[in-house]
Amino acid sequence: MTLTGQAPSGTAPAALGDSDLTSLLMIRHFEWKLLDLFAEGKLNGTTHTCLGQEYVPVSLNPLLTSGDFLFSNHRGHGHYLARFADPAGLLAEITGREGAVCGGVGGSQHIFRDSYLSTGIQGESLPVAAGAALHFKRAGLPHVAVVYIGDGTWGEGSVYEALNIARLWELPLLVVVENNGISQTTPGSVNMAGTVAGRARAFDVDHHRVTSNDVRHIRAELAPLIDRVRHQHQPLVVEFDTVRLGPHSKGDDTRPAREIEAARARDWYAALRAEDPERFDRHDQEQRELIAGVAADVLARPLVAGETA
Amino acid sequence: MKRNERVGENLNQALHRVMESHEDVYLIGEDVLDPYGGAFNITKGLSDRFADRVLTTPISENAILGVANGLALTGNKPIAEMMFGDFITLAFDQIVNFSAKSVSMYGATHLMHLVVRCPVGGRRGYGPTHSQSPQKHFLGVPDLHLFELSPFHDNAKVVEGMVELGKPCIFFEDKVLYTERRHQGGPVADLFSLEFTGEDPFPVARLFIEDTDPDLVVVAPGGLAQRAVDAARELFLEHEIACEIHVPSALYPFDARLLAEPVARAGRVCVVEDAPPGGSWGAEVAHQLYSTCWDSLRAPVRLVHSADSVIPTALHLERDVLVSSESLGLALKELAQ
Repeated sequence: MTLTGQAPSGTAPAALGDSDLTSLLMIRHFEWKLLDLFAEGKLNGTTHTCLGQEYVPVSLNPLLTSGDFLFSNHRGHGHYLARFADPAGLLAEITGREGAVCGGVGGSQHIFRDSYLSTGIQGESLPVAAGAALHFKRAGLPHVAVVYIGDGTWGEGSVYEALNIARLWELPLLVVVENNGISQTTPGSVNMAGTVAGRARAFDVDHHRVTSNDVRHIRAELAPLIDRVRHQHQPLVVEFDTVRLGPHSKGDDTRPAREIEAARARDWYAALRAEDPERFDRHDQEQRELIAGVAADVLARPLVAGETA
Repeated sequence: MKRNERVGENLNQALHRVMESHEDVYLIGEDVLDPYGGAFNITKGLSDRFADRVLTTPISENAILGVANGLALTGNKPIAEMMFGDFITLAFDQIVNFSAKSVSMYGATHLMHLVVRCPVGGRRGYGPTHSQSPQKHFLGVPDLHLFELSPFHDNAKVVEGMVELGKPCIFFEDKVLYTERRHQGGPVADLFSLEFTGEDPFPVARLFIEDTDPDLVVVAPGGLAQRAVDAARELFLEHEIACEIHVPSALYPFDARLLAEPVARAGRVCVVEDAPPGGSWGAEVAHQLYSTCWDSLRAPVRLVHSADSVIPTALHLERDVLVSSESLGLALKELAQ
């Protein structure tokens, strides 16, 4: 079935709390900084920014507990920062410098910290998350296994194998789809027959589509649904209709200008600023400076020592 | 040890024991529930005793390994069964990119307690997609350990060893072995003495003829052990060529230094396996032998494989492709001359 959440009330929402604003802007400035560092030739390899999608993990953050196992993917900086607020550890990891959260081995896409893990293979985490959810259920722990995937990930068979098992075994599995309509350079219309909702329905798995980019509305919508996953062990697919503002990796955006413009028009950043420009700009400046300071500090650190066995 | 126990029964008992003594061991695979107990009956009795830890799955090898990985990640010790070894190709990503890499790719060591059981090999007329020996495809993956079932080793020890290793393991089980008798002590084939070298829980079984210097050393994994014994017995009785046979439990990483002493005495080595030639386990062992025993080798290391072919279904065609005790015997005789 397709679940409907609480419709957002017509009254103006309460102002977004400082910590949410901080989190959103920290991720935004972190990603901007990465693109700058690439342009300056200070980063190697690849990195996938989540510009435009920052509100997804920020919305989910208070609905999840530290015991919930979070499986992130190749576009995971926002997922990590929303949970740990650790830009220095992440930047050190990406640049292979001291203080790197995974010793510089993992880099942008391979992070493991507490019950947070990311990996760079599309769809691979779904059955793994099902295994973690099985563990929680058997151990009687009130935890959820959360797995972030993109719209493009639905091309992988592992997604369907895992959904089938999660429904059959009634596992507390939450699949968060960040549907930004584009997989690297390929639009959804070329990638996907039917819809995410239809595919979830085929497995009798609950599906909920989020069209808002307002953290407050999203939380109100999702809180009861995630509760159901947690306590009734029903898997759920939450699909965020979202936008990717930046390129897939560094300079590989092949979309026509008007498409990128349309995506920018949907950015949460401008909408949130309009609510209270003065307050927003203060926080914005604060995070810009914080990230600039973090970058200067991290890039001045020595490289991590290799410890291959 | 039961008298005349079959290798499959011994393996089944080993699984019973490990599930008894470890509350965090799961068994996951297709059709593993009683009364069926797996396509080869190796999981018989487990679901009756450990209902909540024996999981029968849809036909989803990738997800079987994925779920096992998730269980391992959260501190459990899953054993995953592939119905046929050929199907492990469908789980290759989970094994190579997740099970193995997760041990080290996050900067610190993260133990992964995981065993993948894999019935392999032909001689049953199952045809090209149910008879393969896919060991070679998993060689040389950092932190991935490969083992093979043998008629000489105590599976209770081997299974326990794999479960406790903390690195992902694949256990290749020649399916013909399941129904063969375990070696019950005393001389093997009325000719060879048996002793174990190397360290528990994965020692090497060494079969040798008392008071006789070996002319050849034969390295044979468990699936080839009986064929190697038959060939070596024939060679000794008919041609007075003495073979010493080494049957390792661990295929990879493999330590050829255990072979240094017998190779020094014989000077000639043959490595036999059931896979086709090319990038094979035998070639890996041979490379190690060249590196460690170069000075004592009197001939190139001889590799014996199946033919460079798929495995046909018709038994007479299959026989032409796979290693037989006769074809192995011919190769050994050639090597000895």
